[in-house]
Amino acid sequence: MCLAVPGRVIAIAGEDPPTRTGRVDFGGVIKEISLAFVPEARPGDHVLVHVGFAITVIDEEEARRVRGWLEEIEGMEAGEAESDDALS
Amino acid sequence: MSGGESPSWNCPLPEAESEVVRLAAGGGGRAMQRLLEEVIRPLLDDPELARAHDGAVLDPGGEIAFTTDTFVVRPLVFPGGDIGALAVCGTANDLAMCGAEPLVLSLGLVLEEGLPVAVLRRVLASVKTSAEAIGLRIVTGDLKVVERGRADGLYVNTTGIGRLRSRHRIGPAAVRPGDVVILSGDVGRHGIAVLAAREGLGFETMVATDCAPVVAPVLALLEAGVAVHCLRDPTRGGLASALVEIAEAASVRILVEEAAVPVREEVRAACELLGFDPLHLPCEGRFLAFLAAPEAERALGILRNFAVSREAVVIGRVEEGASGRVLLETPFGQERPLDMPSGEQLPRIC
Amino acid sequence: MRFRDEYRDPARVRRLARAIARTVTRPRTLMEVCGGQTHAILRFGLDRLLPETVTLLHGPGCPVCVTPVAHIDKAIALAGLPEVILCSYGDMLRVPGSSGDLAGARARGGDVRVVYSPLDALGIARREPEREVVFFAVGFETTAPANAMAVWQAKREGLANFSMLVSHVLVPPALHAILGSPGNRVEGFLAAGHVCTIMGYREYEPIAARYRVPIVVTGFEPVDILEGVLMCLRQLEEGRAEVENQYTRSVRPEGNPQARRLVAEVFRVASRHWRGIGELPESGLVLAPAFAAFDAERRFGPAAGGEEMDAGCIAGLVLRGERKPPDCPAFASRCTPERPLGVTMVSSEGACAAYYRYRHAESLRR
Repeated sequence: MCLAVPGRVIAIAGEDPPTRTGRVDFGGVIKEISLAFVPEARPGDHVLVHVGFAITVIDEEEARRVRGWLEEIEGMEAGEAESDDALS
Repeated sequence: MSGGESPSWNCPLPEAESEVVRLAAGGGGRAMQRLLEEVIRPLLDDPELARAHDGAVLDPGGEIAFTTDTFVVRPLVFPGGDIGALAVCGTANDLAMCGAEPLVLSLGLVLEEGLPVAVLRRVLASVKTSAEAIGLRIVTGDLKVVERGRADGLYVNTTGIGRLRSRHRIGPAAVRPGDVVILSGDVGRHGIAVLAAREGLGFETMVATDCAPVVAPVLALLEAGVAVHCLRDPTRGGLASALVEIAEAASVRILVEEAAVPVREEVRAACELLGFDPLHLPCEGRFLAFLAAPEAERALGILRNFAVSREAVVIGRVEEGASGRVLLETPFGQERPLDMPSGEQLPRIC
Repeated sequence: MRFRDEYRDPARVRRLARAIARTVTRPRTLMEVCGGQTHAILRFGLDRLLPETVTLLHGPGCPVCVTPVAHIDKAIALAGLPEVILCSYGDMLRVPGSSGDLAGARARGGDVRVVYSPLDALGIARREPEREVVFFAVGFETTAPANAMAVWQAKREGLANFSMLVSHVLVPPALHAILGSPGNRVEGFLAAGHVCTIMGYREYEPIAARYRVPIVVTGFEPVDILEGVLMCLRQLEEGRAEVENQYTRSVRPEGNPQARRLVAEVFRVASRHWRGIGELPESGLVLAPAFAAFDAERRFGPAAGGEEMDAGCIAGLVLRGERKPPDCPAFASRCTPERPLGVTMVSSEGACAAYYRYRHAESLRR
């Protein structure tokens, strides 16, 4: 029930914010979704959808940034591996 | 009444063909004769049916396989197919799973009063096309009509007879530890196609049913002398149920590599959205083959010559111990049990 | 699928598991709040990728599990009324009430319809004006905006035949209850990422400060969960007790302002009974006076009474993280998803159901 699925907004319909809807593509399955809570959503954006409503626009910048943080860990690992090699 | 069009309420002309099936058409009298002569027999077009006798007399010349299936799928028509195609392929495939070459089918129809004749025509044309593609004859049948509100448009039963082609008895009893498990193609398309066509779920998808005969690749395996131990088509309950049933019947453990099971992206997406597991969704043009490991390469080579099994792949193996269990190896290297679905999520799917 | 597959990448997962192993220096106990996170952990075997020193307890974040029996019974009673169409999320159908469930009510002829969205229930009300449509509005803060929108639109359209049976719960009071409990072992939380997508995470700061526990807002995919665990453990190792956000692609500190505004307009906070846990103050939502006309309990009578679960059921202990499902003597024997003693075995987010689905076969093997 807390599950939200990511999808890409293909088209938007409606002017009235509470009833504004979008056709959202979930990897080949298309569903009409309420965009009432994401007035900033535009075609091409990715949204998270829960029970027929988009609850947020996915921040691609942030998605990339966290991956960068992971690379910092990888760097640590690589460093350790090198020093392990040096010892053996 | 599902099945598409609502019945016409125009006053039907007594002599001309009705736009909808009338209750009288099931009565064994003139109205039924008219439906048989004007619609059903011409579309099915078989000399045995034209003989209009109580039953067909055959000489199969050897051991036979015999199977029956009843189809109550809702809606009647879905992307890529309909109940007619399903009824023929389903039973033909069951015969193939026994290691038999399908010969003849019977066709039992229960029609709902008010079913548009156009829908009946479409279903029967589908039956004929599917049967011809397999080289299968519809040689006998039955027709009943029930009152409006029953039968949801149309129910179909097909019963099939096939000539046994395998030298050894094919079934779970022949499954051995060390056997490989081959899956003929991607799973879940039929389930998603039917769900997408149901009103109220409100999603569009390009997924069409995978409903198709698998007779040719199966017979090719048998012809080539591949020692097939067991065959099973994953219909209701999906891949999971098929594997669990075999594991339990054969008292073996089956290990499946999750990443090896082919699932189309759109099927995966629909499953995420609706909360289904692709391994629980029915397929109507896929099969599992259990055979000795040394035979695997040869079997794959044969299967991949046919369009319906072009993506055949080894998905797992049979092991000693922990009988009756199916385990899934996840992409992270964990093992988790695979069980049948509870059964109520997907009513009227086949 | 974009924004899903990359968070299931096995290489990233293994790397994170190794980083966790390097980080932790002594036994630590964490709790993931949301049932969806519990399922992901068990489905992907994430707990088994962690070192022995890290224990993950499963929290009460399963709204279906904590819906009071009285509300289940009320929904079943309403389904039995000929003029009523009872609309519900699919998860609720086999939740046991005092006797029977909604699926049983449907089998006995009640008009019970599963909907994907509360707007579907609204659609049914518009299409069938002679029937009374009651929507069983269950959920945490994630679902509250959607349920609020349904009522808000119903009022705007003057839809007389639509009402909601409301059973909404809030997460922060549950954390207070767990942390305030004398037997509490939880040292850090993975907060529910989608709840926080709506609410933001400011309200967790006083909790982190008061109880001195790190709280990391975490997503639902394997990479998210392991990152959340890593961030939580780092805080513990460094002696910090802050609110951090792992799920930055979805969660902002203030959450979703449009959604929060609508929830504040349509609902009021009230005390709630949590099945298996008890009464928690200020822990639920009820309809605000301006929308009271759409309250099914006003229209059809209050939900009341109802008997608690089978005496053999320890769902309450499981929901508070004090027991794990395999500890229960009835687990996978007397209690299965087909014949559940309690809701945690029925709900798609229940911990017992997760263990049954992803683990129990092994315990039978031994």
